[in-house]
Amino acid sequence: MAIPRVLVLTGYGINCDEETAFAFEKAGALPQIIHVNDLIKNPQLLKSFEILSFPGGFSYGDDTGSGNALANKIRNNLWENLLEFIDEKKLVIGICNGFQVITNLGLLPGIDKKYGERSVALAHNNTARYECRWISLKNFSKKCVFTKGIDNISLPVAHGEGKFTASQQVLEKLGVKDQIVLKYAKRESLANGEFPFNPNGAMLDIAGICDETGRIFGLMPHPERNILFTQQDNWPLQKEILKRAGAEIPEDSSGLKIFKNAVDFFK
Amino acid sequence: MDCRIEVFSKIPDARALTKLKKIHALGFKAVNAVDVIDVYTVSSPKLELADLEKCGSLLSNPVMQGFRINGNGMISSLQGIFDFAIETGFLPGVTDNVGNTAAETIYDFFGEKAEGTTVYYSQVFYLRGKTSPDDAEKIAKSFANPLIQRIHIKGWEKFSQDNGMDLIVPKVRLNQSPNSDLVDLNVPDEELIVIGKKGIADSDGSRRGPLALDLDSMKVIRDYFNALQRKPTDIELESLAQTWSEHCKHTIFAAELDEIKGGLFKEKIQKSTEQIRALKGSKDLCASVFVDNSGALFFDEKFLVTDKAETHNSPSALDPFGGAITGIVGVNRDAIGFGMSAKPIINRYGFCFADPKDAKLLFKAKDRQSPILLPERIMLGVIEGVNVGGNCSGIPTPQGFLYFEERYKGKPLVFVGTLGLIPRKVNGKDSTEKAALPGDAIVMVGNRVGQDGIHGATFSSEALTEGSPATAVQIGDPITQKKLSDAIVKEARDLELFNSITDNGAGGLSCSVAEMAKECNGCVVELEKIPVKYPGMQPWKVWVSESQERMTLAIPKEKVQKFLDLMDSRGVESTVIGEFNDSGKCIVNSNGQKIMEIDLKFLHDGLPKKVLKSANFPKDLKEPEFKEPESLSEELLAMLARLNICSKEFVSTQYDFEVQGTSVLKPLQGAGKVNAEATVLRPVLQSKRAVSLSQALFPKYGDISTYEMAACAIDAAIKNLVCVGTKLENIALMDNFCWCSSLQPERLGQLKDSVQACFELSVNFGTPFISGKDSMFNDFAGFDESNSPVKISVPPTLLISSLGIMDNAEKSVSIDFKLEGDFIYALGLTKNELGGSEYYASKGFVGKNVPSVNAEKSIGIYNSLSQAIDKELVASSIPVGFGGLGIALAKACIAGNCGAQIDLQKTPLEGISRNDALLFSESAGRIIVTVAPKDSAAFEQLMQGNAFSKIGVVLGNGLEIKGLNGKAVCKNSIKDLNEAYRKTLRDF
Repeated sequence: MAIPRVLVLTGYGINCDEETAFAFEKAGALPQIIHVNDLIKNPQLLKSFEILSFPGGFSYGDDTGSGNALANKIRNNLWENLLEFIDEKKLVIGICNGFQVITNLGLLPGIDKKYGERSVALAHNNTARYECRWISLKNFSKKCVFTKGIDNISLPVAHGEGKFTASQQVLEKLGVKDQIVLKYAKRESLANGEFPFNPNGAMLDIAGICDETGRIFGLMPHPERNILFTQQDNWPLQKEILKRAGAEIPEDSSGLKIFKNAVDFFK
Repeated sequence: MDCRIEVFSKIPDARALTKLKKIHALGFKAVNAVDVIDVYTVSSPKLELADLEKCGSLLSNPVMQGFRINGNGMISSLQGIFDFAIETGFLPGVTDNVGNTAAETIYDFFGEKAEGTTVYYSQVFYLRGKTSPDDAEKIAKSFANPLIQRIHIKGWEKFSQDNGMDLIVPKVRLNQSPNSDLVDLNVPDEELIVIGKKGIADSDGSRRGPLALDLDSMKVIRDYFNALQRKPTDIELESLAQTWSEHCKHTIFAAELDEIKGGLFKEKIQKSTEQIRALKGSKDLCASVFVDNSGALFFDEKFLVTDKAETHNSPSALDPFGGAITGIVGVNRDAIGFGMSAKPIINRYGFCFADPKDAKLLFKAKDRQSPILLPERIMLGVIEGVNVGGNCSGIPTPQGFLYFEERYKGKPLVFVGTLGLIPRKVNGKDSTEKAALPGDAIVMVGNRVGQDGIHGATFSSEALTEGSPATAVQIGDPITQKKLSDAIVKEARDLELFNSITDNGAGGLSCSVAEMAKECNGCVVELEKIPVKYPGMQPWKVWVSESQERMTLAIPKEKVQKFLDLMDSRGVESTVIGEFNDSGKCIVNSNGQKIMEIDLKFLHDGLPKKVLKSANFPKDLKEPEFKEPESLSEELLAMLARLNICSKEFVSTQYDFEVQGTSVLKPLQGAGKVNAEATVLRPVLQSKRAVSLSQALFPKYGDISTYEMAACAIDAAIKNLVCVGTKLENIALMDNFCWCSSLQPERLGQLKDSVQACFELSVNFGTPFISGKDSMFNDFAGFDESNSPVKISVPPTLLISSLGIMDNAEKSVSIDFKLEGDFIYALGLTKNELGGSEYYASKGFVGKNVPSVNAEKSIGIYNSLSQAIDKELVASSIPVGFGGLGIALAKACIAGNCGAQIDLQKTPLEGISRNDALLFSESAGRIIVTVAPKDSAAFEQLMQGNAFSKIGVVLGNGLEIKGLNGKAVCKNSIKDLNEAYRKTLRDF
């Protein structure tokens, strides 16, 4: 198939649209940044895209709960179009505030394909403070399209409301159905709730989940901020080690894989 | 109907736990549990009860929250849960962001039926634990700022009787006559002075707040209107006061001072930049200096980078959160308002506070009335304000500092800066060129105008006293501005929909419209067209209000509709409020009646020029005598724990430094995460070119010499950028003067000295000033707890911000020691210069031997180091600053999580005989670098001709230092250093 086209949503305080588009472009896709009001005015636009991306940011300033107000707007105006999009076996990714939006929309976790039902939430961090730091993650999912071939990855988080929260029943189902994708880690093991390895107090250290199909993916960390070598935390030490070993300094970094996986899905 | 929708949490709420911690920290240990309830008070003409149920589900998340309407069934479920409830909400008319979003959500769902709906947000806290009503009130007061918030407290009994808190709809009801009054200026001088100082008298005798106009200015205004044979209106007088304010016109920097007839700005700051630019010729970096909202440098063939730093001291003293958030969001508009509009790409910050542990109350009025906020409250509020402002706007905030000194207790200093990115050409036209043309529509974009932020410009030109106006406080709304910024920078600009743009900052429309009117020589505004937050505001208030998140644009007639439509489709309010013309006048009409007509020439140039005289600041200085401490190990740990040296990680990690994906060298560096002095970013992801930025200030040196204070700040701000790999020739500077009692000749003497240093050092280094700002009256006058008068003036403070352009981000060098076996070099001479140092301060001394800058020697080292970095010979590089060599070495060890062995005998030094002096002297122009052994020969070759030497090696897991006598004087494990570095501010 041809190169996938990506709709990168913007407006109302979304603020990671440009770097998300950059990541998709670098991965070989054709991204286009579109204002949510333009999409509402012309919902048929959605048909011409293969990937829908909800970037990070502060939609509506997190007022009335992070992601809630934008989710309300999308549910009121675009719900049927979204269902159609999902039905066509296309991809959806929600990053940080985008993850908060799609959980409020009930696109995630979509257990038993009951899209629209809210059963997981992203609550205020345990520190009750915005946390911007680099964390380590482990991938657990076999089905998630976006994390194929990834075991461990280091990414930055930057959020005030990222504590993954769900009932015991829902957590169990997510586990059984292979919908838990990324968990916060501490070196070789899991973070086990320990701050700052688990930066927000998320249940079961969950940082990202997918729906039952593996085609809708949401995560709190920001893979689009780890595309270039110099974006990495502590890259100067890496550079020094590589240089002295006579190795070449790479230009890209590990977050790119997540976007490449999305592109490869359409190959 | 009006109703309360209360949203409560079904799971443990982190906000509640944090609140409980804060209550305990205040000493109220009896409180043992807190619940937080979000309340939406909905006032709607058409929505019915069933609709409001729907609203409840729109405004809550069923996974973790429930809601109830008007306290239905509440009392039985809350029995025994709490002892008293505190509700905090906004006062009428205060910007209510959450309420506005809730209303928008309701409109979007119900459409027409929701017409006329208003939503007001408040929070209720249920507190459990035996607490006296008195203590409950104290707790409540700690939750809210009375200038902008209301508080209600109910004990359980009253709460259950009333079925909860009261239904309060905080609508604004104004009883003023919305007319313009005439003011008689043909009065005795004494009365003119009072009008200038305290404001125009209302009919009840109360004053409207400071005009901050001195007698000379008042007389000039009187004569102007006498010549026109009429009395000025209140709006005319207020408008002149805003435009002529120290804040806007920088009257002190413009004044004739001693032999400097043209004033400090023109003859020193501006002149140094002119000289440097002329000398650099084709290598000149500057694209725009001193003429626009920001200064700008050439970034590459395609882009310019803009920079601007502001202060928001006075508002932050009254409302730390509000002052800081409007500060940062306000300075973002200096990027958006630059040229044809630049995209904000980086924020910077700098805060000067008193020790957060200082809990001694001070009062603005006698008898313990009007207490000022304590340092801890100010610190946390200011930090939080920049957090929300920067994070919500999606602008990385990687670079900043906290500086502590007891004289910042009366007024904190809050520096905020923003860099912007703008294409050099927009559709083939130079993006720095803009001009309103006669016939263009005057369009206001963004927020509506309210009573918030009246007299900000004139207030900040006065000392903080009892009469400081509460309405000077503004509330920030970063999302409204983000929408505005996106719509203008990413769309309207490239569609060429406007001819000119500027920010509505100090003085509001009165300044922005009058400023743009200069471009075409005239304007007429129809005041009733200006969208307001509530009816009934007096015209002068609409005109000078500093309500936030607004820009003013000049739009060609044929493009007006297209522009308004674009803004509408982006959820941004925009309104035509008048027209630019070439009448030579600034005219304001209100409902067809002319209420202001002033010649633009008088408005902008009528201000009488001040003539000032300076005097020497008296000083009685001597070097202290004290015995050298036996263990420098302990001294080093104590120094690391000092407020001005210790880790500020709790601030760095709550500011998003990764958004936009541009970060290269981050605020916390190395595996050990140590705060670095300089930051590097790649603003254009497709390019390897980078910008580097830093800031420096040494207020304590000013107690000895304000000349050296300025010189050292310039040297350090430059050096910090050289250390990360910026070439000296690619560095520019900005100045922010925060002075005190600036009309006193002695303070002017200090100012003159520091400006002279700015002139000489910037010329010597070849680093031009591209923008600057001053805040000249940072004084507090009041009383202590025993009613004794207290005056606190900030120490004269000069912040130098530096901005550099780098060819290749991949060559940037971080501060952390990297690999075992690397050689450690000290660059630059250490002298006996501990005057004003952190070390002397730790012993209670000021001293006399203040560090002085030898620009020639610094330049030699900086240029050699730049070459070495360019050849990738340098593994780490850390500037020597507060706390001297000892602290720089300790920080590099902690950051790299590796030890070092140092021999102080090898340090290049002059006139030093004590180990403590050598370790903690703050001599300028010094850097510590590490180099791989195989690169050391090449490195040493490049450094020839400079004072430098190899002083040690990266090794082990401790910092071991041999003294001048060859014996070990200092030995600490990395673990202990790390602990000392982190413990001081860890609990915030």
